[in-house]
Amino acid sequence: MAGSYRISGQGRLTPAKTARFTFDGKPMTGLAGDTVASALLANGVHLVGRSFKYHRPRGILSAGAEEPNALVTIERDAARKTPNVRATVQELYDGLTVSSQNRWPSLSFDVGAVNDLASPFFSAGFYYKTFMWPKAAWKKFYEPNIRAAAGLGVAPDQADPDHYSARYSHCEVLVLGGGAAGLAAALAAAETGVRVIICDEQADFGGALRYEKGAVIDGQDGWGWAQATVAKLAAMDNVQVLSRTTAFGYYAQNFVGLVERVTDHLARPGRDEPRERLWQVRAKRVILATGAIERHMVFANNDRPGVMLASAARTFLNHYGVVVGKQVGVYTANDSAYGAAIDLKKAGVGVAAIVDLRDNPTGPLVDEARALGIEVNHGRAVTSANGSQRIKSMTVQAKGGGAERTIAVDALLMSAGWTPSVHMFSQSRGKVAFDDATKRFLPGTYAQDCVSVGACNGSDSLEDTLEQALAAGAEAAKNAGAKSSKGVSLKVEASEGWSGGMLGAGPGAGADTKVKAFVDYQNDVTAKDIRQAVHEGMRSIEHVKRFTTNGMATDQGKTSNMHGLAIAAEALDKDIPQVGLTTFRAPYTPVTFGAIVNHARHGLFDPTRKTATHNWAEGHGAVFEDVGQWKRAWYFPRAGEDMHAAVNRECVTVRKAAGLFDASTLGKIEVVGPDAAKFMELLYTNPWEKLEVGRCRYGIMLREDGFIYDDGVVGRLAPDRFHVTTTTGGAARVMNHMEDYLQTEFPNLDVWLTSVSEQWAVIAVQGPNSRKIIEPLVEGIDMSDEAMPHMSVREGKISGVPTRLFRMSFTGDRGFEVNVPADFGRAVWEALWAEGQKHGACAYGTEAMHVLRAEKGYIIVGQDTDGTVTPNDAGLDWAVGKKKTDFVGIRGMMRPDLVAKGRRQLVGLKTRDPRTVLEEGAQIVENPKQAIPMKMIGHVTSSYWSENCDRSIAMALVAGGRDRIGETLYVPMPDGVIEVEVTGTMFFDEKGGRLNG
Amino acid sequence: MAKVAVATRSPALAGKSVGGQGVSLKVLEPASRMSLRARPAAKAALSKALGVSLPEKPKTTTTKGGRSALWLGPDEWLVIDEAGGDPLADCASVKGLHSAVDVSHRNVAIAVTGPNAAATINAGCPQDLSLDAFPVGAASRTVLGKVEMVLLRTGEDAFRIECWRSFSDYVYGFLSEAARDG
Repeated sequence: MAGSYRISGQGRLTPAKTARFTFDGKPMTGLAGDTVASALLANGVHLVGRSFKYHRPRGILSAGAEEPNALVTIERDAARKTPNVRATVQELYDGLTVSSQNRWPSLSFDVGAVNDLASPFFSAGFYYKTFMWPKAAWKKFYEPNIRAAAGLGVAPDQADPDHYSARYSHCEVLVLGGGAAGLAAALAAAETGVRVIICDEQADFGGALRYEKGAVIDGQDGWGWAQATVAKLAAMDNVQVLSRTTAFGYYAQNFVGLVERVTDHLARPGRDEPRERLWQVRAKRVILATGAIERHMVFANNDRPGVMLASAARTFLNHYGVVVGKQVGVYTANDSAYGAAIDLKKAGVGVAAIVDLRDNPTGPLVDEARALGIEVNHGRAVTSANGSQRIKSMTVQAKGGGAERTIAVDALLMSAGWTPSVHMFSQSRGKVAFDDATKRFLPGTYAQDCVSVGACNGSDSLEDTLEQALAAGAEAAKNAGAKSSKGVSLKVEASEGWSGGMLGAGPGAGADTKVKAFVDYQNDVTAKDIRQAVHEGMRSIEHVKRFTTNGMATDQGKTSNMHGLAIAAEALDKDIPQVGLTTFRAPYTPVTFGAIVNHARHGLFDPTRKTATHNWAEGHGAVFEDVGQWKRAWYFPRAGEDMHAAVNRECVTVRKAAGLFDASTLGKIEVVGPDAAKFMELLYTNPWEKLEVGRCRYGIMLREDGFIYDDGVVGRLAPDRFHVTTTTGGAARVMNHMEDYLQTEFPNLDVWLTSVSEQWAVIAVQGPNSRKIIEPLVEGIDMSDEAMPHMSVREGKISGVPTRLFRMSFTGDRGFEVNVPADFGRAVWEALWAEGQKHGACAYGTEAMHVLRAEKGYIIVGQDTDGTVTPNDAGLDWAVGKKKTDFVGIRGMMRPDLVAKGRRQLVGLKTRDPRTVLEEGAQIVENPKQAIPMKMIGHVTSSYWSENCDRSIAMALVAGGRDRIGETLYVPMPDGVIEVEVTGTMFFDEKGGRLNG
Repeated sequence: MAKVAVATRSPALAGKSVGGQGVSLKVLEPASRMSLRARPAAKAALSKALGVSLPEKPKTTTTKGGRSALWLGPDEWLVIDEAGGDPLADCASVKGLHSAVDVSHRNVAIAVTGPNAAATINAGCPQDLSLDAFPVGAASRTVLGKVEMVLLRTGEDAFRIECWRSFSDYVYGFLSEAARDG
C-alpha cells in the first residue's frame, strides 16, 4: 500500500502504480493519479504548512482549486522551482520534491509562530495604523522589514528554462467545467456537429461525481458515465477536450482565456512539450458549468490540521482511496456532509459524531447515517477544535450554550453549505442576484452570450442539472447555426440531493469572543477581524475587504467571501444584498507569467530587424546600436581603436575621401496617382507642384498643432510618382499619418500610398570621391554635375540591377544614396566597397553620421526637436512655402504662442574650452551665480567632438536663441560650470562649396 | 565602359526549412510582387492585362498560371507572380486610375504545410482558420505575434505567409517555436 492511510478496495487509483516523492526531505510513496494532498494524507501527513500572518500550523482544507491552506513549493531542479503550489491541485509524479513554506527552522518548530501569541497586536488594519509614525521610518525600516517577512514561498532565482505555448481558437460552444452539467451540455451541443471546446481544471472530468457515490446515469455509476462521455466527446472531430485546463479570464465578446497545464504532472516531460499552453478562445456562446464550492464552518481554531471540508474527505476516500483519519467528527449545517460520514463509516472509519447545527435535520441521508449507528447531535455546535499540529478533539455545545462535551477525533469534516461558483459569470460582467430563500448569489442579468447550468446556476439535483445542461447545449448549438438537431437524453436513475446551509460565524465565535475563528485561511482573517472593521467604521463590503484583506489572497476568497459578507451584514444589521458582494476579477486561479508571455521570450520578445548588409557589417567588426527594432552599424572599430578613435577616423575619412553608410532603415513611401503632388502639398510645408521630375527636395511634415512631426528627402520620379523618405523611427507612424489624412480629410484625391521601406536597400556614398566610386558601376545615368546636380534623382542600373540613384547629402559633402532592390543590397554594397577601396573610402556607422550632420547643422527630428518645435524654432523657415494657403499644421503654426517672441530656437554652442564636450540634455542658464533653482533658458540637444573642426560642437534649443548669437551662456554641471558661446548651427564649410567638391 | 559584374541576389533566409510536429516550414523562392491600388473603373482593364481577375470579395484570391491576386482591401490587391512574369510591365499600359508599385523584394514568403499548419499559425494569429471560415484560397492581411503578415491558404493543410523582409527572422523563429507544439 502506498501509505498507511490508503484503504484497499477504495478509490480509483491502481495500487501497483506507485510514485516516490519527498516531503521536506522525507521519502514517501504515493500512487499515480494522486495529488500531492492525497499522497500526503495517505502517508498520514496533515500538517503541510504555516499560515501567512500568524504562522499557525495548517493542513489540507479542500481537494480542489479553492485550497487556501496547503500551499507548497515543488521542485524539479534548481531553476524549475514553483512556490505556492496548491497541494490539492499538483499531481504526483515519480521523483517529485515537495517542501513546506513559511516556516523556519522547520515545519513543526517555527520561530515565526510567535506572531500567533502576539496576535492581539496584529488585528485587522494593523498595518494601516501601526506604521504611520515616524513618517521617515516607513521607507527605511517598516516597508523593507514587512516586505521581507511577507509572502509565502520563495521565488526561484534562476531563469525559467521551460517553454510555454499559445493557441488562438474559435468555437460555437465553449463549455467551462467538466462535471455532469458540463459534459451533458457539451454532448448535446457536439451531437449537432458544431465546434465544441470543453475544459476542466482537473486531470479527469467528472466534477462532483468524483466523490458522490449515489449517482446512476443511463445505467452507469456517475463516474463511469462521465468517463464514457468524455471518451465519446474526445473521439468526435468537432470537439476539443481539454483537461488540466483552467478558464481564468472572461473578457469582452466571449473571449475567454484558458491555461492548459501540459507537463506539470509528468515525471519526464518531452523536450518539445510546453509546460503550459495558453488558449485564447472566441466562442459564439459560453456555457458556464462551473459547479459550486463547499464552505467551511466558522468556529474557534477551525484551522487545525485535520479540520477539512466534508466533500474533500469524501473525495480523498472515494477517488484516491485515502482515509483522512481513524476516528472522525462531522460538523455541518447541511445534508451533504452526511454523505461523507456514511462513506467513511462504510469504509471502516470510526465516526465519533455528527454535529448538526440545524434543529431538526431530516431526509434519506440523515436516516441512513442513523441506521449505520452514527450518533447525530442536532441543534448543537462545535465551539472549538482542540490540538495544535493536528486536531485531537472537538468541543460540542448546544447552540444556546450550556454544558460542553469534548469528543476525541483525529479529523473533523465540516460543511456550511455550497457557494455557487459565479466567478466566470461575474467576470463576464453579468450581475448576480441574491436568492433569499437559499441565501446565495446566483446568475441574474447576463451581459454576454452565455448561460449557466447546474450547481453554479443554483440547481440542487442531478435531474435538474442534466435537464438544464442538455437544453442549454442544444440551444447554444442551434443559435450558433447548427444544422442538425440530434436530441440527446440522459436518464438519471439515482442521485443525491442536498439542502440546507448557513452563512457566517457559528456559535462560539460570537461577537464578544477573542477566539480565532477563521473566515479567510490564506490571509489569516478571523470573524473578529471583520466585526472590528465594521466597528471602526467600514460600511461597504469593499472597504471591509480591503481593511481586513478578507478574500484578497491568491484563492480570491473562494471559501471565505460569503462568510465574510454575512458577518459584516450581521454586524451592520443589514441584509446581505444591501451590503453587496465584492467584484470577481481575473484570474480565477493564479496564472504563471510564462503562460501569459508564452512565445514572446528571448529572440521572440520583440522582432529584431536587420538590413541586407548586416552580416557584412558584422564581418567587418561593426558595433551595432538599437534604433527601434533595427540593428544599425554604430561604428566600425579597427584593431586598437576605441569608439572615439573609430568615429574620428570615419568622420575625417568621409570628408577627405569618402564613406559608405547603410541607410536602408529610413522609411520609404511611394506616393502614386494624378493628385500625388496635390497630396504632397497638403502633407508637407514645402511646395511640390513645381518640383521637376528628377529633382529632390527636403520636406518637413507638421502635425495639426504646427510642430515638426517628421522630415526627409523626397524625389519626384514622374509627374504622378514621388519617392518619399522618412526618419527610421517615423517610418510606420508617418505612413499611418499620411494614410489617415488621405482617408479622412482628402478622400477626393486620386493618390495611393505604398510602403517601400523594405523594397529598397539604401547605400549612402558620401564624400569628395563618391562619384568616382559609383560611376564605374552605373549604366544609363550621366552622373556629371551638369546632368545630375545636387538634389536630383535618376533611375538606371548599378551592377546590372535597377537603381534609384539620389544625389543628396546628409554630410555636407558631395553625396549619393544608392537605392537597389533589397536582395541585391549586399552584392551592390560589396561592389561599391571594392570601388571605394581604390579611393580611400571607409564604412561608417550611425555615430559618424550624427557627427557629420551636426557639423553642418542638419537636424535630427526627435533629437533636436521634441514635438514642441516649429519650423521657425528650428531655423527652417526656408522650407515653408510662403505662398501656400493650406497644409497640415498651417493654422497651428499661426497660434499666438507659436509666433510669440522668446521661443526656444535652435542655435549652435561653442564651449570656451574647445576640448570640453557638453552633455546632451544639459540645461543652460544666463547667470550661473543665481540661487538654485536657477532659471533654465534652454538645453543641449546634440553634442559631439568634431575631429574635422578640431573642437567640440553642440546644438541647443535656447529661449530667443538667434538674438543671442555671440552671447555667453552657462551650463552648470555637477563638477563645475561650463561657459559657452552662442553661435549659428553650421560649424563646417559655411559656404557649402563642398556639396560639389 | 568595362563590363560590370552583375550583382547576385541574396534573399533573406534563402532555402531555410524545418520540420515540426505534423508541420513543416519552408522559405519560398523569390517571386515578383506588386502592390496594386485601383479605382473600380480600372479593375476590368487591369484584370485583363494581368490575366487574372482581381477578386472583389473580402478575404479571397484568384489564381491563374502561377499568378495570384489577393484581396487586401476594397481597392487594394497583392499580386504575386511565381512564374517569372512581370505584373508591373503588364499593367504599364493600363489607362484607368491605379497605382502599381513593385514590392518584390519587400516581402519574404514562408510555406507552412502539414496537418498542424493551422494550429501552428494560430499560435500567433487570432483568426479563425477552420476550413469553413478560411477556405482554400482565402487571404487576409493579419498579424502573427507582434508583426503584420499576409496569410494565404493554398491547400487544406497548406498556407503561404508573406511578411516584410526584416520581419522574416521573427516570423520564421516564431513559427519554428510554435511548430514544436503541433
